[in-house]
Amino acid sequence: MRGEHSPPVHTLWRDTVQNGLNRRSLMLGAAALPLAGTAMAQQATITGAGASFPNPVYQRWGQAAREALNLQLNYQSIGSGGGINQITNRTVDFGATDAPLPAAQLTERNLLQFPTVMGSVVLIVNLPGVADNALKLTAELVVDLFAGRITRWNDPRIVEANRELRIPNLPVSPAYRADASGTTFVFTTYLSRVSEAWKNGPGAATSVQWPVGNGARGNEGVANAVRNTPGAIGYTENAYATVNRLVTTQLRNKSGRFVVPDMASFQAAASQANWNVPGMAADLVDLSGDTVWPIVSPTFILLPTNPVADRVAGSRNTMRFFDWAMRTGGDAARRLEYIPMPEAVQAQIRASWAAVRDPAGAPITI
Amino acid sequence: MSDSTITTAQPVARRKIGSFGDKLFEALCRGAGIFVLLLLGAIILTLFIGGLPAFREFGIGFIWSSAWVPVEGREQFGALVPVLGTLITAVLAILFGVPVAFGIAFFLTELAPPWLRRPVGTAVELLAAVPSIIFGMWGLFVLVPFVQNYIQLPFGEALGALPLIGTIFESNNFAGTSIFAASVVLAIMILPFIAATMRDVFLTVPPVYKESAYGLGATRWEVMKGVVLPYTRISVVGGIMLGLGRALGETMAVTFVIGNANRLATSIFDPSTTIASVVAMEFPESLMGSTKQSSLLALGFLLFFISFVVLAASRWLLRSRLK
Repeated sequence: MRGEHSPPVHTLWRDTVQNGLNRRSLMLGAAALPLAGTAMAQQATITGAGASFPNPVYQRWGQAAREALNLQLNYQSIGSGGGINQITNRTVDFGATDAPLPAAQLTERNLLQFPTVMGSVVLIVNLPGVADNALKLTAELVVDLFAGRITRWNDPRIVEANRELRIPNLPVSPAYRADASGTTFVFTTYLSRVSEAWKNGPGAATSVQWPVGNGARGNEGVANAVRNTPGAIGYTENAYATVNRLVTTQLRNKSGRFVVPDMASFQAAASQANWNVPGMAADLVDLSGDTVWPIVSPTFILLPTNPVADRVAGSRNTMRFFDWAMRTGGDAARRLEYIPMPEAVQAQIRASWAAVRDPAGAPITI
Repeated sequence: MSDSTITTAQPVARRKIGSFGDKLFEALCRGAGIFVLLLLGAIILTLFIGGLPAFREFGIGFIWSSAWVPVEGREQFGALVPVLGTLITAVLAILFGVPVAFGIAFFLTELAPPWLRRPVGTAVELLAAVPSIIFGMWGLFVLVPFVQNYIQLPFGEALGALPLIGTIFESNNFAGTSIFAASVVLAIMILPFIAATMRDVFLTVPPVYKESAYGLGATRWEVMKGVVLPYTRISVVGGIMLGLGRALGETMAVTFVIGNANRLATSIFDPSTTIASVVAMEFPESLMGSTKQSSLLALGFLLFFISFVVLAASRWLLRSRLK
């Protein structure tokens, strides 16, 4: 916002200075810029805070919404936990979280939850001589690599699954997110799903007690750790891996097929999901289907169901924004490697907004 | 007569104005002094109250439990790993940093030609002004690969076979981020503080003492060992404690290079974590009122307590110089 209007402001400032700071020149300067002035005055602002994973797509949508909806989005990616805290305290119009809140907590905090986009987590490796998407890993191998049960890359089980590859004899060096994150939540959910031992051991959470490996901060930290350490394996969001051309792997899904992490396999997962669950917290981890990528997860928005009078406009504009974003923002999301919501799910989300009531108890229409 | 009345009247009038100003000034200063006390008390209290649920749930065992399970439904938190990580990295940093700091201070006060003292002294002070994130980045991109290739592997091979202490040097960690790397970064960060303190206290030694020793035929090293160090011993230790205090609380630089592993390390080349980095990494994703948030606040309280003990010790040791 500020960036866009800064040149006129500078001009104004220069005019003012040149004319000796008198009031008339200031008014003339302002009159010469009617567009900037009125746009700023009329533009409604919605504030949101939370998950960092969907931040790029929310920012992109927010930029576009300025023109299309005359709406300014102020989204701060402070992490899912922070987003939940802030929306519970009602200091923002909406919160965003990667890990869905359980239905009981939604009721307790008077919140409505709906998904906006889906993302996927991919495995990245640093094995000299092994090309992008060449290495084939099964769920069991992934668990054992991150649990420290496989310590060298020439382990017979890895060689068995990759007969056509020449895998260097390197020690396995797992890298994980040191900062608590939704990505870790999704990845450890996958590990817990495919391995009973992992479920009862480290478990699934935004940060866990990893049995082996090194922690690095953020996707970029994990990517850097993997890049710098031959024999390293890590996990990042697909968007990050794609943009930075990291070496990803194939993964065997629940149906026993090896799949490559690409839009087709992510969308296959999205189409298999069951959204008729409380809080629309569909589970897209380790679904069946020949072409399904097994580590996909939606990210969610939290909206108060009982906004106070001051926040009714904010809630309405938040719904307007996401209504518009789901209708027209699919391509923008796909370009950023996110998976937009299927049509049927969008209708379901819009229907769920009826639960948001103003202080008089009437539904808020968008 | 009239002269004397004038001279007595004027000071009285001035004293009236002066006494009001004095009182105001005194009140403001006292307010500032009390404010800082209240602020400190409020911070301690906030941390303690915030951490109370964790202390209550896990009891005193919170301090020596190495569990860190943020998984919903079976949360279990313990402070052992971060507390040990904090103490070990800080102590190793002192071990690495103090000899070099002593060398710098010795050089600056006894050996360096006068024209070189100022540039080297300024360089040391500039080192203190480098933001910690810079040390973190430098540590990650330069120091970590160096430690991994040229220190961890040779040390592991040479010393790993030793009985009992061999395990300290042998590690299965191949990423390079480790307790050792964190200690080296910390040592460099606290170096300027310790060196500057040492230089300043070495300069307080009355020249006549040193000259007497030189007069008796003592070498520079003998003067340092027999005159300067005994005279300044306590202040030197106090300066080291100040460095230790800084090392305990350092966050960003350590987070970059320590490996952030909340599990017990057996080797100095294993990754570990510190209180400050655990709090920095996990706090943003902790829910209000959750056991995790409470445990992080309890960790903060422990760090405060440790730092307080270290600083109190340094004050106590420096008391003769600070009077």
